Amino acid sequence: MKLYINGNETELDEACATLADLLSRPEWKERRMIVELNGMIVGRDDFGTVLLADGDRIELVHFVGGG
Amino acid sequence: MNDALHIGGKALSSRLFIGTGKYSRNTLIPEVIARSGSEVITVALRRVDPASQEENILSHIPPQMTLLPNTSGARTAEEAVRIARLARAAGMGNWVKIEVINDQRYLLPDNLETIRATEILAAEGFVVLPYMSPDLSAALRLRDAGAAAVMPLGAPIGSNRGLRTKELIGILIEEAGLPVIVDAGIGRPSEAAEAMEMGAAAVLLNTAIATARDPLGMAEAFRGAVAAGRQAYLAGLGPVQQEAEASSPLTGFLNV
Repeated sequence: MKLYINGNETELDEACATLADLLSRPEWKERRMIVELNGMIVGRDDFGTVLLADGDRIELVHFVGGG
Repeated sequence: MNDALHIGGKALSSRLFIGTGKYSRNTLIPEVIARSGSEVITVALRRVDPASQEENILSHIPPQMTLLPNTSGARTAEEAVRIARLARAAGMGNWVKIEVINDQRYLLPDNLETIRATEILAAEGFVVLPYMSPDLSAALRLRDAGAAAVMPLGAPIGSNRGLRTKELIGILIEEAGLPVIVDAGIGRPSEAAEAMEMGAAAVLLNTAIATARDPLGMAEAFRGAVAAGRQAYLAGLGPVQQEAEASSPLTGFLNV
């Protein structure tokens, strides 16, 4: 399955069925992030039920220092 | 004396808003907050970089602070709206500093796009604080669009050049009919005091503190300057005139 995560094309195995599966991977877990899937914000409570599909565009953002 | 600044349903006792960018280390931020007395603090929203263990800035911001996410990076109203909605989804409140910029050299705001974004976000219930060029008609349109305040620049972002737009900011304070928060460009405590003496509702600054040799000392200096300027505004400045007017009696001299 091919996903676009923060603009980067990423190939994932089919074990990543839900958003929660993806976000439990080592590079993403333990981070406080806001998640957008194909332009729609996904609430934390829905991570476990939102299914990923080939070609999905995912934005993972967080707060950084700024003025 | 109760001189709270009322914005977005909150009564703020500090009129110094600060940013979180450019610190040599983010662990300075809690102490800067304490020394500045600030209650409102800006943050930016960015993509998470999986290669970096850069921590979320929120871990350095005490929970009692009012978070003011900015929309930096937005070039259009639509991009600003998207960023604001994402920021609100973090569950840290509904304040937003709209920042729509198309000029990469001076980072001057696009007032027209800023007005459009303000209309959309105020209608969605955001407390909207737009960064803007100090233009009266734009300020009035922002007010009509539902902005909680306007935030004109004193000088380009991060320039530390002071109140270069002083005359125009003065006009906004007189005429705009909503709080005016001077945002960007203030480099010295004396400039923050000057903005407050003029009747600004607050000042927002980041670079002046973050790039000082001693950010904690500078945070405290700005706290005092903002409080002094505000007190002077409330006390009413004495009249200015061209020629001298003796402060001591002009009669009863000893040498006559």
